[in-house]
This record gives sequence, structure tokens and C-alpha cells, in this order.
Amino acid sequence: METLLQQTVNGLVVGSVYALIALGYTMVYGILGLINFAHGDVLMVGALVALTVVQLLQTHAPDLGPVLTLLVSLGVSMLVCMIMGYTIERLAYRRLRNAPRLAPLITAIGVSFLLQTLAMIIWGRNYHTFPQLVSTMPLQPVAGVFITPVQITILVVSALLMVGLVLLVNKTRLGRAMRATAENHKVASLMGVDTNKIIASTFIIGSALAAVAGVMFSSNYGIAHYAMGFMPGLKAFTAAVLGGIGNLAGAMLGGLVLGLVESIGAGYIEDMSFGFLNSSYQDIFAFIILGVVLIFRPTGLLGERVSDRA
Amino acid sequence: MKPTLIALAVLAFGASAAQAQEVVVKIGVAAPLTGTQAHLGKDIENGVRLAVEDAQAKGVVVAGKKVKFEIQAEDDQADPRTATTVAQRLADSNAKGVIGHLNSGASIPASRIYNEAGIPQISPASTNPKLTQQNFKATFRTIANDVQQGTAIGKYASTKLGKRVAIVDDRTAYGQGLADEVEKAVKANGGQLSGREFTSDKATDFLAILTRIKAQKPDVIVFSGMDTQAGPMLKQIKQLGLDVKFITGDGGCTGEMIKLAGDAISANAYCTQPGLPLDKMPGGKTFNERFKKRFNADVQVYAPYAYDATFALLEAMKAAGSVEPAKYAPFIGKVNFPGVIGNVSFDAKGDIKEGAVSVYQFKGGKWDAIN
Repeated sequence: METLLQQTVNGLVVGSVYALIALGYTMVYGILGLINFAHGDVLMVGALVALTVVQLLQTHAPDLGPVLTLLVSLGVSMLVCMIMGYTIERLAYRRLRNAPRLAPLITAIGVSFLLQTLAMIIWGRNYHTFPQLVSTMPLQPVAGVFITPVQITILVVSALLMVGLVLLVNKTRLGRAMRATAENHKVASLMGVDTNKIIASTFIIGSALAAVAGVMFSSNYGIAHYAMGFMPGLKAFTAAVLGGIGNLAGAMLGGLVLGLVESIGAGYIEDMSFGFLNSSYQDIFAFIILGVVLIFRPTGLLGERVSDRA
Repeated sequence: MKPTLIALAVLAFGASAAQAQEVVVKIGVAAPLTGTQAHLGKDIENGVRLAVEDAQAKGVVVAGKKVKFEIQAEDDQADPRTATTVAQRLADSNAKGVIGHLNSGASIPASRIYNEAGIPQISPASTNPKLTQQNFKATFRTIANDVQQGTAIGKYASTKLGKRVAIVDDRTAYGQGLADEVEKAVKANGGQLSGREFTSDKATDFLAILTRIKAQKPDVIVFSGMDTQAGPMLKQIKQLGLDVKFITGDGGCTGEMIKLAGDAISANAYCTQPGLPLDKMPGGKTFNERFKKRFNADVQVYAPYAYDATFALLEAMKAAGSVEPAKYAPFIGKVNFPGVIGNVSFDAKGDIKEGAVSVYQFKGGKWDAIN
């Protein structure tokens, strides 16, 4: 029982990071029909920028305290990623908006390589140690379940950001314009919506979320590296598809489900298959679930509620 | 110009005629001499050089002729492709034996070329078991391989660190191979395998498998993979409140591992490296002093292994009474002499017998050799 509870907590923490990243994929897909494969690398840049800022602050302003240091570096990294997200959209994707779908997809993969290579040149090939500003030592266990302050922070911050995003999309003027653009570009622009601006803001918001996810990821695992964006990016993309790509609630649900499936799958697959399979099938397990869901619900778990997409 | 050249040639001819009883034997050295591993490659070259000079000082006589050794050092840049080019060059320049290469990735492709050319090769540094499993007759190594290392980890973990052992590997050729040997050794030494879990070499989150391991209550966790994952894994072991010993192979036996584990690393962390630390080798102390005096540099790791490898070639030449590879190669497998690293003799495959593996424990901010 203890083990099951612990696996659930593990899954929820990983899942909420997936969910946060998946939102970036799903927002862009909802509006442009583009799978932005460079999204995972925006996360990586966010983490590495934050790392540099933290190091600078620790040498030049050591009395700032851990919380303020983290907040300042998070702010800078979000800003850098927002500018980067805007630039990527402006330079790489906007020209291809009316091109066949394959062209922007390949461009996205190209942007991903470009970001990784740039990061490798700037930050080097080595793994960096991400400073522990929020403690990763476990708190007093509750019902045998160990949780660390940084994991609690991840859960709270992701929940807040997701609620915030849903409110933004559903309650604000910008959100209404985003929903309109998602439904039909041309009609939206005829109605006086500046679709270029809306699409740019979508990239900016998504990149900011990726920066937050990157900083949380690095704080939790204590590492940062130029290729660190690949795996979480791939998992988050899977989560977005699982939940129904283009759908906000779907991305969140997909992230959490994927996190739980992975964690519980790795924990129990050997017992469930009577020793036939083992934890080396951890990733396959997640994709089996994805396959099964897509067979029965080709649009993903929440895919049919198209009116919600943004 | 021409007359001088002719004069030189005549001189040279005269000189060689005068010392007709001396044969020149070329020994090849192949290792990375430039790039990030240059210091390790130079270590090998210097080890060979010291051995040749020592032998020369005593005078080596094979089949009644005095032997004069020449060293041809080639830079393989730690690159598999360059390694094959370099191997071909050594074969073309008629080297009678090669000490090298450093990296398994370079040694394995190069070994094929040496084998075809019939040149004996002794690696002082490559640990991948495959190198000596290719059924080549004259491929040897003086350092313990990963099978020997895995056996040592399994034995140490199950007899010194606790009875119940959990093994995690990263499913790479290195990680999986090492972990299989650990598992065998744990069982052979009366230990209990509490569970075997797997991850990938790209994963950063190990909480799910660690939670599973926790439920199996092991005393020690063996991780067979690289430092960049061993660090975060140790951290997550702490996160789950798991109170266990932790041991990794040479992939995790680095300063990088200590850096990445941060404050999660303690005296509960162990790791292994093939080979002995210098001060534990039988001839280590004097070797170190002489090496320092000769090259004005510290022994890095491999110099003693290169030194003994060179003497293995010499011993075989003496035993065979010939410096020709075809004649002396079969005798390398039969050598048996006390070297710097311990007794030097090879098993049927060409691996050093009783290759040493050292265990290190985290102490005072670094890996500290024990036993």
C-alpha cells in the first residue's frame, strides 16, 4: 500500500511536469496545426539560462537568499524564452504558414537541432550541476510516503499555472481572440482579430511555460545539459496526443495519466506479467496505453471537444 | 649534396656492417596523444619508453644477437577510424609488436588489422570483454576487463556491503554486460538478489524503479551505468528515504559523479576501477619514483600496465629465441613473471590472470581507495 501511494506521488510529480510542457505543444497545435518539435529545447534553454543567472547571482549578490535568487533567475529565463519563442515563430514558422504541412514540421525539427547546437556551443557538452535552491531532502514521511519540498513546489506551481492558463483562454479578451483564431484564421482576421499577434502571443505563453518547466525539472533532478530537452519533450508530446492534441484540459489530463502509467507501470509490470516483462519496458508500457487509447478514441481522451481548443 | 648523401649511406652501411650482431626491433605504441585524453595516451607511451630503456640498459640478447629497440608512437586521437589508419601504418612500417590502444572503441577495430598483419597487440587500458573474445591469437591486455570488474563488484557488494543486493543497469552494452557479471557473482558468493531493475541511458527520473526496489528492502544497490545518471540516482535514493549502500563500476567512479550527486553522496557510496592504485602495486612505489625522475611527470593510470605489457613482449621474444612475430607470438600466452602491477600471465583468451579491481569509497570529498 505504501509502495502504491509512493508510486502515485512519483507519477503525479512527473506527470505535472509533462502536463506543463504538453500545454505548449497543444496550444500551438490548436491554433496552427503545427507540431512544434523545438518546444522541448525551449525548456532546455530555459533551464540553462536560469543556471547561468543563478551562478551570476550567487557570485555577485550572495545575500539575496535562495528564494529570491530562484525567482529572479526564473524571471530572466522566462523572458529569454519568451523572446526566443517569438523569434522562432517570426523567423522560422510565419513564412511557412500557408506551406504544405510537412514543411513547418521539418522546420521545427531543424529549429530543435539549431537550439541544441547553439546551447552546446554556449554551455558546452558537460552536464552541469543545478544549484539546490529548494531542498531535495525528503520531509517527514506521511503514511510512509516521502515527498520533498521541491516536489511539492512542482505540484503547486504547475496546478497554479494550469488554472491560470485556462482562465486566460476562457475569460480574457486575448483568450477569446485565441479561440477565434483556432477555429478559423481567416474569419477571425475578418472580424478584426490580429491573427499574427495572437499566434505570436501563443508562442510567447507556451515558451514561458516551458521555461518554468525547465527550471523545475532541473531543480528536481539537479542537472542541466544541452540535450536534456529531448526526453521530456517527447514524453510531453505523447501526453498531448494521449489527451487529445489541441485541447488544453486534454494536455493536462494526458500528462498526469502518462506520469502515473509510467510510474505504476515500472513499479508493477513485473508482477502483473508474472515476471515475463520488467522495468526495461517502462517506456513501451506508456506507448501501449497510448496505442490502445488511440485505437478506441482516435482524437485522444478529450479530443472531441473541439470548441475548447486554443 | 649528392656526394654527402652517398658518403652518409656508406657510413651507415659501414656502421651496420660493424654491428652485424645487433637487430633493431620496432615496438609500436598507439594511444591518443592529442585531445582530451592526451595525458593518458602519453602515460602509455612513457610506460613503454621506460620499459625499453630499462631493458636496453641490462642488454637484451635474443638468439645470440643483441636487440636494439625503437619506439614508433602513433596518435589514434581516441577515434575508432583513426585507430585503424594508425594500425595500418604500424603494420606497414614493420612493427614487431604493439602496445595499445587506450579506448576499447579504438582497440577493437584496430585489433583486426594487427591480427591480419600477424602483429601481437597488448592493450594496457581497454576493458571491454569483446577485445579478447574475437579468437585472435595475439590480442592481449594487462588490465582487468569488465567481466572481472563485474565479478569484483558482485563479490564486494554481497560480502562486504550487505546480503540483499538490488541491481539497476542502463541497458547499454557496457551497463548490461557489467550487470550480468555482477548478478552471477552475487549469487556465487551467497548473496541474495532482491531485484533487478532497468532504466535507459537517457533517463533522469528513477523514482519509480527505486520505489519498487525500496519495497524489496535491499542492503545495497548496484548501478551499472555512467556517472551522469549515477549522480541523480543517488540523489533520488536519498529523496525516498532509502537507507542503503550504493556501488557503481568505473562509469560512475569519477569526479563528475560526486559533483552531480551534490549533498546526497556520503560514505555509503562506493565505486570500482579496474587496476590497482599505484601505491598498492607490488612495484608501484619505486616505479613511480623512477618514472617521475625520467619524465618529470606523475604516473596517470596506465604507465605501469604499459610497462609490464612491453616486458611481456620481451619475455616472449626471449623464450621463443626470435623477434619475428610469427615465431614469438605463441609464447606471449605462456609468459609468467613478476611485473610492476603484480604477476603477469594471461589466460587462454588473452586477458590478464587475476586482473586486479580496486574498490573506492567516498571520503573527504573524493573517491578514496580501500582494501
